[in-house]
Amino acid sequence: MKRLLILGAGTAGTMMANKMRKQLARDEWDITIVDQFKTHYYQPGFLFIPFGMYTKNDVIKPKSDFFPTGVHVIYSKIDKIQPGENSVLLGDGVVLKYDYLIIATGCKTAPEEVDGLKDKLWYKDIFDFYTIEGAVALADYFKTWKGGELVVNISEIPYKCPVAPLEFVFFADAFFTERGLRDKVNITYVTPMAGAFTKPRATKTLGGLLEQKNIKLVPNFAIMQVNNDEKKIIDYGGTEVKFDCLVSIPPNLGDELIERSGMGDDMNYVPTDKHTLRSGKYENIFVVGDAANIPTSKAGSVAHFAAEILEENLMCAIEGRPFTASFDGHANCYIETGYGKGTLIDFNYDTEPLPGSFPFPGLGPFGLLKVSRMNHYGKVLFRWIYWHILLKGKEMPIDSEMQMAGKKL
Amino acid sequence: MATKTYAGVNIEVNDEGYMLDSLKWSKEVATEIAKEEGIELTDKHFEVLDYIRTKVANGDTLTIRGINKSGVVDAKTFYQLFPGAPLKKATKIAGVAKPESCI
Repeated sequence: MKRLLILGAGTAGTMMANKMRKQLARDEWDITIVDQFKTHYYQPGFLFIPFGMYTKNDVIKPKSDFFPTGVHVIYSKIDKIQPGENSVLLGDGVVLKYDYLIIATGCKTAPEEVDGLKDKLWYKDIFDFYTIEGAVALADYFKTWKGGELVVNISEIPYKCPVAPLEFVFFADAFFTERGLRDKVNITYVTPMAGAFTKPRATKTLGGLLEQKNIKLVPNFAIMQVNNDEKKIIDYGGTEVKFDCLVSIPPNLGDELIERSGMGDDMNYVPTDKHTLRSGKYENIFVVGDAANIPTSKAGSVAHFAAEILEENLMCAIEGRPFTASFDGHANCYIETGYGKGTLIDFNYDTEPLPGSFPFPGLGPFGLLKVSRMNHYGKVLFRWIYWHILLKGKEMPIDSEMQMAGKKL
Repeated sequence: MATKTYAGVNIEVNDEGYMLDSLKWSKEVATEIAKEEGIELTDKHFEVLDYIRTKVANGDTLTIRGINKSGVVDAKTFYQLFPGAPLKKATKIAGVAKPESCI
């Protein structure tokens, strides 16, 4: 019996378990998936919690709902990968051997990496919304907040779901307007990037939206410290921004197990071939989702498109054929802009987000880099798609490779 | 694309002024590019530029975090050496490509 071992049962790992169980004969291949937690979080839903649109119950389900029959599930901490011995050491001392290994251990926020961030104001006037705890604490805080300086700060790049902080400020604008508080709330968007986003066309559209919604942009800000006593954030260049409520997007790091295994870069991401998704160093190890160091967004849509490529390439490796699939870094993000509307971006390693229509050229129904009600419905519907189609590894009517048709240069 | 003359050498640069061929780099070239950026290079600057050139030659990604951990310079000093946008300025002076900030 040969063994495929999958580390991490988040979005990417769960999709791979479903896909590979269909591909590999049950009498020849054991598939085992390991994760320390039993709850699956719908992470794109965290954004909606601070504004009372979703509650905790809307974003959690047991992981066990999404595993196919015929996959062994082990709930355990993972100590380290021993790639030289084709084995993984679990927290309780159990050793698992593998023929092929998929690393899908993701990334997580690390607030302790910024001086003064996780200090006396943490979850009092300083919050994150990338954890369920932070999102829920912020929801409670906003219920009684009387207004002041609301500062949203991105600590460093890369971080999960690159558009979420923008969506957060768009939502905040609508939320406080609807409560009649907008004139008492100043919203400031403080980012290490040179503008609202990295790529020119999207930066122009999204930057325009910030201006239109009276949200102040502070670009090129690399945070050095949070001063809890004077309630301000300070960057390396000496710029200071005062806050009454700070919403932080802390640094994101890959899992510590990658560091313990000596397999990561300086942020614990695993060096991975950006086209084949194979580890840069080990022939029988593949990496998918946020755990990889590939130069694209850390996002569920990327994990989804990459999973389709990995399914094909892993079969190539197992059957001793040359790789036939190549990942293009495809990402596709619905961006909520408040008031029941949204916009959409679709891009890859080489092509920046462009205007147009998606997925059907000229027809849409979704508009790229346009604000519309339909784009908002796309995002709302997506939660259903995520739970019922995506995690289970079923086919979606969207190409994993980015399409130029429908885009305007 | 344009051609500029630094320290008597003709050098091709892109629209943003980044050198296209990093083999044409020399300390003299660096000194002149730095002048355009309003920076007078010291030994410490060159130590950082060497580190950046080595990292890029190895195909590694440059980040403020990586530089902070490098042992060559901490982030705060890095900002003092190349004020404003240190990574963008330092890479330009080091004659390597501007780091892509893909998110």
